[in-house]
Amino acid sequence: MGIVKRKSAYVEYAQAVPLKYCIDGDSCIYIQKGKCGACKKFCPTGAVDFDQKEVTETLKVGSVVLAPGFRPFDPSKFDNYQYAKLPNVITAMEFERILSASGPTMGHVTCLSKDEKEPKKIAWFQCVGSRDMNKCDNSYCSGVCCMYAIKEAVIAKEHLGDALDCAIFFMDMRTHGKEFERFYENASEKHGVRFIRSKVHSVTPVTNTDDLEVRYVTEDGELQTEIFDMIVLSVGLEISPEVSDFAKQLKIDLTPGNFCQTATFSPVQTSKEGIFVCGTLQGPKDIPQAIIDSSAAATAAGEILAEVRHTRTKTAEKVPEISVTNERPKIGVFVCRCGVNIAGVVDVPAVAEYAASLPYVEYATDNLYSCSQDTQETMAQIIKDKNLNRVVVAACTPKTHEPLFQETLVNAGVNKYLFEMANIRNQNSWVHKNNPELATKKAKDLVRMAVHKVALMEPLEEAELQINPTAMVVGGGISGMAAARSLARQGYETHIIEKKSQLGGQALNLYRTAKGEDVQEKLSDLIGEIETHKKIHVHLDTEITDVEGFVGNFETGLSSNGTEETLEHGIAIMATGATPLQPVEYSYGKDSRIVTALELDRKFIENDSGLKDLNTAVFIQCVGSREPERMYCSRVCCTHSVDNALQLKKLNPDMNVFVLYRDLRTYGERELLYKQAREQGVIFIRYTLENKPQVNIENGKLLVKTVDHVIGRTLEIETDLLALATAVIPNRDDKLANFFKVPLNDDGFFVERHAKLGPSEFATDGVFLCGMAHYPKPIDESIAQGQAAASRGVTLLARETIFTSGTIAETDPMLCSQCGVCVSVCPYSAPSFIEEGPFAEKAQINPVLCKGCGLCVASCRSGAIHLKGFDNDQIFAQIYALNEAV
Amino acid sequence: MPKNVIGSVMVAGGGIAGMQAALDLADSGYYVYLVEKGPSIGGRMSQLDKTFPTNDCAM
Repeated sequence: MGIVKRKSAYVEYAQAVPLKYCIDGDSCIYIQKGKCGACKKFCPTGAVDFDQKEVTETLKVGSVVLAPGFRPFDPSKFDNYQYAKLPNVITAMEFERILSASGPTMGHVTCLSKDEKEPKKIAWFQCVGSRDMNKCDNSYCSGVCCMYAIKEAVIAKEHLGDALDCAIFFMDMRTHGKEFERFYENASEKHGVRFIRSKVHSVTPVTNTDDLEVRYVTEDGELQTEIFDMIVLSVGLEISPEVSDFAKQLKIDLTPGNFCQTATFSPVQTSKEGIFVCGTLQGPKDIPQAIIDSSAAATAAGEILAEVRHTRTKTAEKVPEISVTNERPKIGVFVCRCGVNIAGVVDVPAVAEYAASLPYVEYATDNLYSCSQDTQETMAQIIKDKNLNRVVVAACTPKTHEPLFQETLVNAGVNKYLFEMANIRNQNSWVHKNNPELATKKAKDLVRMAVHKVALMEPLEEAELQINPTAMVVGGGISGMAAARSLARQGYETHIIEKKSQLGGQALNLYRTAKGEDVQEKLSDLIGEIETHKKIHVHLDTEITDVEGFVGNFETGLSSNGTEETLEHGIAIMATGATPLQPVEYSYGKDSRIVTALELDRKFIENDSGLKDLNTAVFIQCVGSREPERMYCSRVCCTHSVDNALQLKKLNPDMNVFVLYRDLRTYGERELLYKQAREQGVIFIRYTLENKPQVNIENGKLLVKTVDHVIGRTLEIETDLLALATAVIPNRDDKLANFFKVPLNDDGFFVERHAKLGPSEFATDGVFLCGMAHYPKPIDESIAQGQAAASRGVTLLARETIFTSGTIAETDPMLCSQCGVCVSVCPYSAPSFIEEGPFAEKAQINPVLCKGCGLCVASCRSGAIHLKGFDNDQIFAQIYALNEAV
Repeated sequence: MPKNVIGSVMVAGGGIAGMQAALDLADSGYYVYLVEKGPSIGGRMSQLDKTFPTNDCAM
């Protein structure tokens, strides 16, 4: 990024995949001037080849997915921020590198001025290169910068302590993502990050220092100044000219912001058949949204190739497993430096040397990054060469990295359960960074404990199960239907379970999309396709009564008007949707002129002739959202109200239309609607949570009172229509969540596997989610997530078989006293009583249902249950090892 | 379906979006060519420090 220099021969970063050096032709002296060539002389393997030429290859493929990404906006051209001139004005991407342990300052937050001092005051400027038609051409909102600025401010405080002053200068705070609003609230209330609603005028250096004076205009028009040590520009996302040129070459239509033109009901389909789009080219977006639409693009690209599935793929060769029976343990210990994350605190070579002295340890070494691809290969080779049959990796957390190292064992022919991790990073170097000596001692303790345990580990087997190639989708709204359509197009039998007597969900109440499409028309097309598809079976008026089984083999009880049936299926998708809040404020229900947003849509759908005769209309935003009892943003309402305001203006350009809002959150290219609304005379007035608008009905007049944020005076508006943008409330279904063992958050939305990287699946295998059951979202995002959930499901169905975990509980019937505690305590219904034979009435555990949680083991009064991989002798060996002196 | 349909897909771009699309496609039974301009995959996310809300290292 140019913060520090790198050499011409370089790797991008230590964990790069592939981890191979390359030569930067723009700066290589040999390539530029024909001199030097030192790298070729010194390379011991002769890998440097200056004669390589660009080659053109032609690929024949069935479909194409475009994911070229964005480039961060370059603020050099803005002279008022003086980014190019002042060392302490940096971009948010540069600040990410400064925060990073593998960055140029090793994670130490310092100014980039020559004094390299620790900043005491940092300011963030929002909307740099976004929502700006004056200084650049990016009129859209980049959608991610508000949240990343808050995150950077909070992490900067973690680095430098609470005394660090962080101020964010912004126009509208757009924290419309899942759990974002709470983070914003906490940043302000708990961490003391200052949020200053303002417009920044300019930055000037304070004479003879590298400090920076910020001049800004507050909301009420006052000019203020404040001095900071460092300024971070929250730069937006944009599509580089070479990407847009490439898209144009492919004859793909682009939007005014140079993003790919897509339709709301086919959000990842480009204007060219067979070419799909995901990531930021589809529109500016954050990581979870990019993950969602990349899965959506994957299934869309796969759907048209479903008939030739598995015709081009190859199966990886399995390395035969070596037998360890009657072999004495030969343990290999790999101690990871994790760059500076561990080695910056712990004396890693000393730990490795110590490990070599432990019983049964045949080999011990240290790695710079154990997780990098080349280290993995080296480790597999060492295991083979040294005939190791047990492995300890002392590194980070097994939660994220155990599967990776287990794969390394498998590649070396060792059973993956002959493995143990010692977490010397999260539980050691990170928390004891001020005590390096003690941290080194603790690392040795942790390694010794792991070695004692792994010596007693035994190879475990995993059962192979057939997957039932049938899918069940719970919920027949937009996203459920999108999921079912993708699954069926991929060739899988799919059942939609809908409580109500018709398909469509909330979309039945919507008038038009933000892109102007008629929702009812598109919806009936989709319903038509669902109802006629041979592989889709719709169950209306149907409830789920119970769920048995597990990934690949679920059995779900369905009840419909007194008829019961059992559905066998391999996967399940939760698309249970949401409903609008019925407001209890703003005099709702007392006057027919006061309606909810969806009731206004109904008027539009029914072509209500009264609408065009209105003199005045008022919209109130955040009705029930972003309040202490519902601390989330409902995401859809700003765009919805702005669009409806525009529709009213279209019906009657003379109508006075007011939108009373807290922060206007028209993210992405929805911002263009906001701009258009302002141009057409819609009046936007901000209010605060402490000073909400007042609604009164006096002598038949409907009056809305609010404080104008610009002039600071109370306004009274007499209106003919009051539309309340009510919160989106999930259709919380605790019974269903319990059936599938999937969690709900405090607000009643489902909790996905990973907020960033697993937004459309649960931690429970074989269960997926989409649509508003995940979080409020507009139609295009609901459809994309429906497709994404289907895509994730197909990755499982296409495998045809799965392996269960080897870490499961097993009973010893000789010791079992038949008390039944294990049967009652298990959340997965894995234990049961043996029905006949010599051990009748003793407990047994179904290895397929067991998740290895250990609950039954701990509660067994007879000591009859053993958890494989965590048996008493293994755990006690670990505990006793702790008492041994180093 | 005509016989000349090819069961492979090209994914252009090796950032998180491209990688996720490639993984989903490969796991669904299609051969994937992941094409990336730079010397390694990972894209912009590999330049980030930590991500909300897990504070996982973005790497």
